[in-house]
Amino acid sequence: MVHLLQYVFSGVTVGSIYAIVAIGFNLVYRTTGILNFAQGEFVMLGGMVAVSLATVLPLPAAVAAAVVLVAAMGWLLEVALFRRLRRHTLLHMIIITIGLSIIIQEAARHLWDEKVRSLPYFTGDECSSVRLFGAAMSPQVLWVLGITIVIVLLLMAFLHLTLPGRAMRACAANPAAAALAGIHLPNMRALAFALSAGIGALAGCVISPISMTHYEMGGSLAIKGFAAAVLGGLGQPMAAIAGGLVVGLAESFSVSVLPAAFKDATAFAILLVVLFIRPRGFFGRPFAEEGRNA
Amino acid sequence: MTILETHNLRHTFGGLVALDGVSFRVQPGRIKAIIGPNGAGKTTLFNIIAGVYRPTGGSVRFRGADITGRSPDAVCRMGISRTFQNLRVFGRMTVLENVMLARHAHGRAGFTACALRLPRCRREERAAREHARQRLADLGLDPLADEPVHSLSFGQRRMVELARALAVEPTLLLLDEPASGLNTRESADLASRIRAICDGGVTVLLVEHDMTLVMDLADEVLALHHGKPLAEGPPSAVRNHPEVVSVYLGGDFDLATSAQSALRLRQP
Amino acid sequence: MTGPSCRQALTPFFLAALLITGAQLAATAAHREFYLTQLILCAYYACVVLGLTFLVGYAGQISLAHGAFFAIGGYATAVLTTTPLRNSTEPWVAWLERAHWLARRPGLYGGEILTVSPWAAFLAGLLVACLAAVLIGLPALRLRGHYLAMATLGFGLIVYRLLLGSAFAGAADGITGVPPLRLGGWLEISGRASVRVRNYYFAWGFALLTLALLRNLLVSRIGLALRAIHDNESAAQAMGVPIGRVKLQAFVLSAAIAAAAGSLLTHTNGGLGPSEASAMKSVRYVALVAAGGMASLWGALAVSSILNFFSLRGWFGTLDHAVFGALLIAIVAFAPGGFGFIWRGVGLQRRLFRPRKKRLDDDPRNP
Repeated sequence: MVHLLQYVFSGVTVGSIYAIVAIGFNLVYRTTGILNFAQGEFVMLGGMVAVSLATVLPLPAAVAAAVVLVAAMGWLLEVALFRRLRRHTLLHMIIITIGLSIIIQEAARHLWDEKVRSLPYFTGDECSSVRLFGAAMSPQVLWVLGITIVIVLLLMAFLHLTLPGRAMRACAANPAAAALAGIHLPNMRALAFALSAGIGALAGCVISPISMTHYEMGGSLAIKGFAAAVLGGLGQPMAAIAGGLVVGLAESFSVSVLPAAFKDATAFAILLVVLFIRPRGFFGRPFAEEGRNA
Repeated sequence: MTILETHNLRHTFGGLVALDGVSFRVQPGRIKAIIGPNGAGKTTLFNIIAGVYRPTGGSVRFRGADITGRSPDAVCRMGISRTFQNLRVFGRMTVLENVMLARHAHGRAGFTACALRLPRCRREERAAREHARQRLADLGLDPLADEPVHSLSFGQRRMVELARALAVEPTLLLLDEPASGLNTRESADLASRIRAICDGGVTVLLVEHDMTLVMDLADEVLALHHGKPLAEGPPSAVRNHPEVVSVYLGGDFDLATSAQSALRLRQP
Repeated sequence: MTGPSCRQALTPFFLAALLITGAQLAATAAHREFYLTQLILCAYYACVVLGLTFLVGYAGQISLAHGAFFAIGGYATAVLTTTPLRNSTEPWVAWLERAHWLARRPGLYGGEILTVSPWAAFLAGLLVACLAAVLIGLPALRLRGHYLAMATLGFGLIVYRLLLGSAFAGAADGITGVPPLRLGGWLEISGRASVRVRNYYFAWGFALLTLALLRNLLVSRIGLALRAIHDNESAAQAMGVPIGRVKLQAFVLSAAIAAAAGSLLTHTNGGLGPSEASAMKSVRYVALVAAGGMASLWGALAVSSILNFFSLRGWFGTLDHAVFGALLIAIVAFAPGGFGFIWRGVGLQRRLFRPRKKRLDDDPRNP
């Protein structure tokens, strides 16, 4: 029973990171129609930048600065690159974001190195543990869960209660009508990129003490985040949370039956199975994909 | 003998009922028109016949065989060909290639034969090209054969789409608003071509907003409203059907005016 | 595209043959025959890129699993030809040997070892790749755009992780000591310096043959159907093209080419490692397709050979991956025609150079 609980906790922890990546996917996809394959790189960059800054700044300041820097990078990407590419086909956009993720990865490898690094634990150290329902876990797990919940709540409040948030949803629902209502679409797209980069970076910081930060981590995070997004239904930001948790739990339970080397294969297999039996996800509306085809 | 018969078709999108209890027949060698205000379910009906949607209920029979829910390519191979309301030509291919594609179902050569360019493959290719050139010549498009379709005018693309649909050698031709976007002269030209196609032995089922065209061309008219059949019969009868008149005059403005003008035009 | 004359179609092949021969003669004359080793590998990688160009550039179906298909072919060869079958008394082993599917060769430590013969392993690799392509393609090709990209990427990653985590595939070290593949008495596919020149011509002959077959397909009704699917899938289906089947066949063909190239390259190198299946490799192939101009077989052949040669010679140093990433963005975003403009005079793009018979504004209905 305690064992079971342990698996659940570790599944929920990684699952919330996947959920945040998935929310980032959805934010950008809804607002711009682009599926940003480089989404996982924001998580990696967040961790990397924070680790470097933590050597000169106190931890909270380093994390905050990392989030702001990466968000600014997301914004810059939209302004400098994607804004100029509105007329490209879907096939082209897929290839471009894949290229982008490689470049970010390679840049990180040259800026830092190939070593695995990590932020210090937010409270306590690797030995400290808290007990919950009889299972022992690192206090960092609570940080991950807490921050995920805060991100989700703040994002919901932003999208539903504030004017820019509502404008962004309007862009997603009907770009032409939103533009007619005086909403500046390019700004909204840049905002979506910045937001998704920012929350990705924050996730990269909180998870860093547990699962380490490495220049290559972005790719598989992106696919698992995408699996979570598809599971929830692409374009449904909040359904992605359920998707993320399912992927995380499945991955963590697979370790109990399969060799650890196959852990990632499990997550990808889930992605394939979901894509094949229910490509619109479990909370998605019927195919909204028609017509976006290249 | 009927060529196409629908029985009690029903189709819903989520909670929205697009078609409800639509049954009609099309006789061979005739031109049948489906009219109705926007949202009456005309295009949905077309898409069900062409195999794009599987109806929620009811059935479609073509020359006696049940084709309900068959895939669009299977339906096409049985001899039903179509054009689209919002043109779907292959912009990156030439006019000739567009029409040659419609001969796909008439070829047999597979991957191996084509990769090795076996004589069978070449023979089929030659036949397809000749047939396509013939179709283009029929519609006066032969000077444009080698132009990429994206360089053509809208009216020309409509004709390419028609040539492509005919190259299938269909028994039944479905035309989805063939006159939309055409000027008066072009649409009169189109009417005579459709008449000629029908005289050539092809049955025609068309959806059209242009009342003048419908009244001129159709042997029989089916009026739909909110997914339900409202009236069916020869154009003169449907035109004077009180419910049709009330729907058109009381409903959609464009249609009301075009119906009015059509009614006025047709007064002896 | 409609009926290019035979001579027009053959000219680029003639030029390519001249160039290939010239390169060999120059390398030999300059006593730099070791360049040919990289050029042989380039030819096999070019085959993968050609098959992918057929799929992505013409049929419009993206695949991020071609590294995996390449690895399936390579690993089938490597595993089957290096795993000794000990119990040669077992009935199925005896049966295989009677069917000439097994081969004996002297072992490293004396004695004889019995393994699957290279030819049987080659065919097994093709078979497994085709089967995998059908299994993945059947459901995946119903998906479009993003979904197809992610599904194939997911499949590629599964293959990569499984290879990394499997002891029989040598885990992270891969497999070495793959025996040569013999083609008659004259040629053996291996890395030995004495057969390098022959292998060079075989590899490039294989690449040109692949290109010729794909080109034939593209000008036929199949090619027309694939291009129509790329342009407008629903219209192609409405005109009687069974889109699911045609797409699946194209996908399987493209995967089989990758697997064949993988197997031949494994014989040339004497082994291979799991990095061949990595997502990075698959992305590279797509990058090369894009750089070749997306829908240009000759462009893909030329660009992939040149860039792979530089990469294999180590000219890009630690920036190797970055070069391909930057290439992807730069070409696709700012020059979607790729380097294709250089080859526009040859092959399928010849149509652009044909004199126009009629002007565009010649309306057939206003004589």
